[in-house]
Amino acid sequence: MGVFTQRGIKVEHNKNTAGMRALRMDRCESVALPMKQHIGAACVPCAEPGDYVLAGQLVGKAEAPVSAPIHASISGTVQKPETIRLPDGEDVQAVVIKSDGKMERIEACPPQVDSPEAFMQAVRDSGLAGLGGAGFPAHAKLRGAAGKANILLVNAAECEPYITADHREALDNGEDVIDGIRHICKWLGIKEAVVGIEDNKPDAIAHMRTLCKQNTPPELQIKTGVLPSRYPQGAEKMFIRSLTGRAVPLGNLPQDAGVLSMNVGSVAFLGRYMRTGVPLISRTVTVDGGAAPRPMNVRVPIGIRLRELCAFCGIEQPPAKILLGGPMMGAAAPDLDAILCKCNNAVLLFDQEQAAYKPEAACIRCGACLRGCPMRLQPFRLEQAYDARDAQALQELYAEACIECGCCSYVCPAGRSLVQSIRMGKRLLKAKEAGNKNG
Amino acid sequence: MDEQALAVVGTSPHIHTSRTTRGIMLDVCLALLPALAAGVRLFGTRALAVTAVSVISCVGLEALMRVIMKREQTAGDFSAVVTGLLLAMNLPATLPLWMVPIGSLAAIVVAKQLFGGIGQNFANPAITGRIVLLLSFTTQMTAWNAPSGHSWGADAVASATPLQALSADAVAGATPAAAGEALPGLLDMFLGRHGGSLGETCALALLLGGVYLIVCKVITPLIPLCFLGTVAVFSLFYGHFDWSFVAYQLLGGGLLLGAVFMATDYSTSPAYWKGKVVFAVGCGLVTCLIRFYGNMPEGVSFAILLMNLLTPLIEKAFVPKPFGKEKTPRGQKQKA
Repeated sequence: MGVFTQRGIKVEHNKNTAGMRALRMDRCESVALPMKQHIGAACVPCAEPGDYVLAGQLVGKAEAPVSAPIHASISGTVQKPETIRLPDGEDVQAVVIKSDGKMERIEACPPQVDSPEAFMQAVRDSGLAGLGGAGFPAHAKLRGAAGKANILLVNAAECEPYITADHREALDNGEDVIDGIRHICKWLGIKEAVVGIEDNKPDAIAHMRTLCKQNTPPELQIKTGVLPSRYPQGAEKMFIRSLTGRAVPLGNLPQDAGVLSMNVGSVAFLGRYMRTGVPLISRTVTVDGGAAPRPMNVRVPIGIRLRELCAFCGIEQPPAKILLGGPMMGAAAPDLDAILCKCNNAVLLFDQEQAAYKPEAACIRCGACLRGCPMRLQPFRLEQAYDARDAQALQELYAEACIECGCCSYVCPAGRSLVQSIRMGKRLLKAKEAGNKNG
Repeated sequence: MDEQALAVVGTSPHIHTSRTTRGIMLDVCLALLPALAAGVRLFGTRALAVTAVSVISCVGLEALMRVIMKREQTAGDFSAVVTGLLLAMNLPATLPLWMVPIGSLAAIVVAKQLFGGIGQNFANPAITGRIVLLLSFTTQMTAWNAPSGHSWGADAVASATPLQALSADAVAGATPAAAGEALPGLLDMFLGRHGGSLGETCALALLLGGVYLIVCKVITPLIPLCFLGTVAVFSLFYGHFDWSFVAYQLLGGGLLLGAVFMATDYSTSPAYWKGKVVFAVGCGLVTCLIRFYGNMPEGVSFAILLMNLLTPLIEKAFVPKPFGKEKTPRGQKQKA
């Protein structure tokens, strides 16, 4: 079985910052808080220009069921709102706060939770949206999993090159991770939890193992699972399969396979939040890449501009390419005015050489993309189908199942942008579906 | 920091493998070098002349066709060099040099470029070239000379190939024992000291090349193993469990060259592993059918060509099931 089913690719890990505890960046001039830093509906601003706000104060109300409120990440004065373009091309309003330099926080108190409903509400109020990158509102995820999931999987696989934010979370805030697990399991009635870590982080594995042994209450089973280092091990479906052997049926969610899967940073945040009541206003990011002379992990206020972060990290040369997120799935930003949102786990600054395009040549049908696809799709055929704008073929080839991990484009010797064609193919299908509904 | 400088943008992924089409083709060229060296050692420098003409004409025609078709120039990607080398490996060292470019013409112009160039050809170019030459100049293409080391021109001694010897005796009994002195020993077979095309006789060199390609992950061992395995099993039964008959079948003719270098051609073999197995087993079966029941001693190139033509159908029949698809019980609707 193994030879033919082990998909995905081997990538250079480049985990240069694995040995570095995150530095705390407390001072910044201003932050811009887009009213949408999650999947779902945008928030409604509730701070007027001229208002003085404290760190942790609500500035964006989440009114829709799938949404996550947004809090001021620094103390200061609210400025004129800005319109900000998100990496996917959507324009959203942002609340801009000019710092008063004091970083004063609201007086937070731990949320009072006595029922699952109260727990969901508390999670919602915390503003948590998946910190691993997808940014799905945590309360919506928990609500969907309640009653269906019988196992909690904590994702610390971190298969993307360079990024070590989750690695450090497991190492430095392991107790918070355990706390988070206990709260989630308690209120969702889950009896088993597994922290999944790739085998290239032996220190994190050892640390979590010790903590699991020490802190496991009798009613709960917490274990640490070791995963082979293979991209995209941390992609939800692959992660679930590796740890539990369960396959999430196509078009379904993890809870349909009885699984609740959460990023380790998210779980650790929940553990802290239940203790302190401080909402999501900061996060750890990895700053690395050829144009970053001193790679490091930094705990930053959410909404900070990359320009300020780069200055903090001592980056003087303008980078040739700026990435928010990892090199496999991250989005490129055109300049350093870009903003760091809740779900950005890394800022990668590439030099000229790393930013060079790979020239595109004709497909030689070598089949590398097919062998690399963890979803067992046929990327080169999907590309052909998209090039022909053939919606039926796209559907028959399961374009919608693509998780956009980028393995196909990575392995292609001809340098073809396979995953981009599939993305466009998915859009084509969506547009067609919308057209059919309306027509 | 420069305030005005805009950074490069692009879609993910932002890192790529260092492997390129040219790199893969160069690896194939390297893997063919042992076979070429063996060919020159066995059949003399004329083998080198045939190879040179073949490679130069293939690359030249590739470049010319791209210019005529007003397409971007691909002559630099070394795929035409691979075709040229492979075609030469399939030719007898004694072939008149003027015939070689006719094979290149069939390979590069007809089989490859007229269908759109690299990746678009439905049949293996080198095999097409070989078959066109075989059908056009049957006498010269089957005038095998015994490997003498230095046989320039017409002083070569004509000799039968091992498969011809076995085939001639097929009526009588088809055993290596019956074929007797017409057959070289198994060690000679392995080292290539017998009649045949210039690059196909030395099993050792071809295996070396094959191992190199597998180690470099240019090919997966699936097609060669299934191809050779099928021929081995078929020969075992056909030869009434005479193992030396199986060995002659495996080492003789163009089987190793075909199984390692030509049946594994990307464009003309299925991409999915199940399809590869069917394709390779088909190659093996057709090879044996031609060898044992046809009126030709050798059938590898025809077998591969036939399976090339069936590849699109095989690909349609065997498609990978997406992850998470197979777990849904039959008859149950997928939730939206």
